[in-house]
Amino acid sequence: METSPAVTGGRPRPAPDVPVSAERSEALAAFRESAGAVLGFVPLGLAFGALVTQSGLDWWWAGLSAALAFGGSFEFLLIGLVTAAAPLAAIALSAFMVNVRHVFYALSFPVHRISGRLGKTYATFALCDEAYVLATREQARSWPGRRILWMQFFLHLSWAGSAIAGALLGSLIPESVTGLDFALTALFAVLAIDAVRDMRGDLSTPGLALLSALGARILFPGEMLLAAFALFAAALLARQLTTSKKPSHA
Amino acid sequence: MPDPRYAVAAVLVTAAVTWGLRALPFAALTPLRASRTVRYLSARMPAGVMVILLAYCLRDLPVTHARGLAPLIALAVTVGLHLWRRNALLSILGGTAVHVVLASAVFTH
Repeated sequence: METSPAVTGGRPRPAPDVPVSAERSEALAAFRESAGAVLGFVPLGLAFGALVTQSGLDWWWAGLSAALAFGGSFEFLLIGLVTAAAPLAAIALSAFMVNVRHVFYALSFPVHRISGRLGKTYATFALCDEAYVLATREQARSWPGRRILWMQFFLHLSWAGSAIAGALLGSLIPESVTGLDFALTALFAVLAIDAVRDMRGDLSTPGLALLSALGARILFPGEMLLAAFALFAAALLARQLTTSKKPSHA
Repeated sequence: MPDPRYAVAAVLVTAAVTWGLRALPFAALTPLRASRTVRYLSARMPAGVMVILLAYCLRDLPVTHARGLAPLIALAVTVGLHLWRRNALLSILGGTAVHVVLASAVFTH
């Protein structure tokens, strides 16, 4: 791998306060650290792009959604909402409920290490689940801000690139091949298993969520997602209120 | 293709909501950190939201038809692979491949 700082002639002028060699080694380090997440992004991005064109949307829409929304799981849901011509208000509310978890990333994401208004803005914009996990791990404690930004850029680029590639290649898939949309179900199954495992034995929370989903499916089949989130949030708040009144913290 | 203006507006609305959720809390860190309710919810919402999204994906499962078996078998493969190898990529690709084969070739009616 070429790491010599000498070969810089003819390249665009780097930022004045950062030497080219240091910038490049940060980019390389970020590339290595993000490789695992990128490997996960590419097949999902290809599936997302293929599903976009299979659903009758244009290929550029996959790229636009991947680049601007950059929230993989909700983008899969967005395909269905857009093809069903859901009202924009319903889309906004669904996006809020699915992505509200990002609110809590501000509690520990090291945005203070990133310098400059532009860098901070991009860091919050591209703050996906995987970026949060990578930047808050034990071994990322010593990362300079630039490496965090490069890592986020590589994740963003691989998601948008694979979404466009999937949309362009998707038209080559014969119409008899169906069932690709199961990638989303499988993604949520995997995320649910990992999240439940993180709860360390608290099975009542996923149980409440399942009951909320079943109740919403029966009572509000047209707005199942919103109803399920509302029921679940209300159930959690009610449970916190009743348990916090007890003197014990168990 | 639905009206392109509507399709673009849907992306812009999603982007605005998502970015807002990612950026605004940085301006309000202290009250968020102090709130017991926020910490209580933040510890429990991810698992519940994922369970709800999984149920939402399976909401129209045709339980009385044979083709309803395809997603159920694929889900069992996904969960089994994930409990066994704990490799998200392998679980998603394996489950999806099983579903594509079943939905395209076996349960075609």
